[in-house]
Amino acid sequence: MSSMATGFSRARERSIDWTPYIIGIGLGVLSWIVFVVVNNPLGITTAIGQLSGGVATPILGAEAVTSNSYWAKNAMKLDYGTLFLAGTLIGGALSAFATGRWHVETVPTVWAERFGSSQVKRYIAAFAGGVIAMYGARLANGCTSGNGISGGLQLALSGWVFLAAMFATGALTAFILFRATRT
Amino acid sequence: MLPVTGTLSLVLAVVFGAAFGFLLHRGRVADYNTIVRQFLFQDFTVIKIMLTAIVVGGIGVFALVNAGYAQFHIKPADLLAVALGAGIFGVGMVIYGYCPGTALAAIGAGSAHAFVGAGGMLLGGIFYALSFDWMKVNILPAGAMGKVQLPQLLGVAAPVLLAALAVIAVAVFALIESRSRVS
Repeated sequence: MSSMATGFSRARERSIDWTPYIIGIGLGVLSWIVFVVVNNPLGITTAIGQLSGGVATPILGAEAVTSNSYWAKNAMKLDYGTLFLAGTLIGGALSAFATGRWHVETVPTVWAERFGSSQVKRYIAAFAGGVIAMYGARLANGCTSGNGISGGLQLALSGWVFLAAMFATGALTAFILFRATRT
Repeated sequence: MLPVTGTLSLVLAVVFGAAFGFLLHRGRVADYNTIVRQFLFQDFTVIKIMLTAIVVGGIGVFALVNAGYAQFHIKPADLLAVALGAGIFGVGMVIYGYCPGTALAAIGAGSAHAFVGAGGMLLGGIFYALSFDWMKVNILPAGAMGKVQLPQLLGVAAPVLLAALAVIAVAVFALIESRSRVS
């Protein structure tokens, strides 16, 4: 409540901020549209798996990538999934410019309050976190979008198992990193 | 006529991706602070958006499938892989501060550490592809229940489950909103 005790948060205490609900409705309606129009649920990480094959090609060699059984099924190409990634990035930029919130962020506030303002430290953590998140998302065969939202809304068992396990270890990790050592 | 395929679907990939990224950023979940504070139970934006999207999306998608306008896309419930993968994902998501979709939207909005972490995601994808054969033999078959949906599994009709989910969601939202106004 220290630095966040602005007029904005005090206003929020008096009335409900409807934005998250409107955004949730928007994502739900977007799901209807993509199911019908392109026969494809919202999802991100399958396409990132495809891109990783493209990145691996100069490192591991084309032979190693084409003979890999995972990349054989998820080959690097410009298809619906990989272009959806580009769209997501563009959409984030459009919203940021439209709302005047576009800015280069190097060290976010919550991280800086706990771990200091070192950019190198934050970049190392972000990189490591990215490795871990993506490995887990591939093992689970989907991330917050593909398993959580798309799986959850289809009442898929995999989606709800994903949501439960993700929130459990996420909360535990957050507690260990940000709470346990703070008095 | 629907679903759209070919070149038009590639254009729509960018359009729908942009809508997705726009909503994520506009809803403030393409923000490290919002995501980490959710896992610390200090900010409930992520839960509000996801639950709303699941309920609204679910009601519409089930109706569209029943009317013959859409098909389900259920991921297999490989229980050990999904639980383990989601558990790993939760750890990575808190350290990274983003899930893959919100990370892309954040990169568009200027987050330098999200960009660095995207490199980590590509590396994580490479690690998974390299370990895929082992996972396929040792982890994926454990508790593999196939493409199960909760209505079949529980023997409860989908509309009943969706209605129950909607009631639970509204109760959760009411609890969150009443607490946030008191504190």
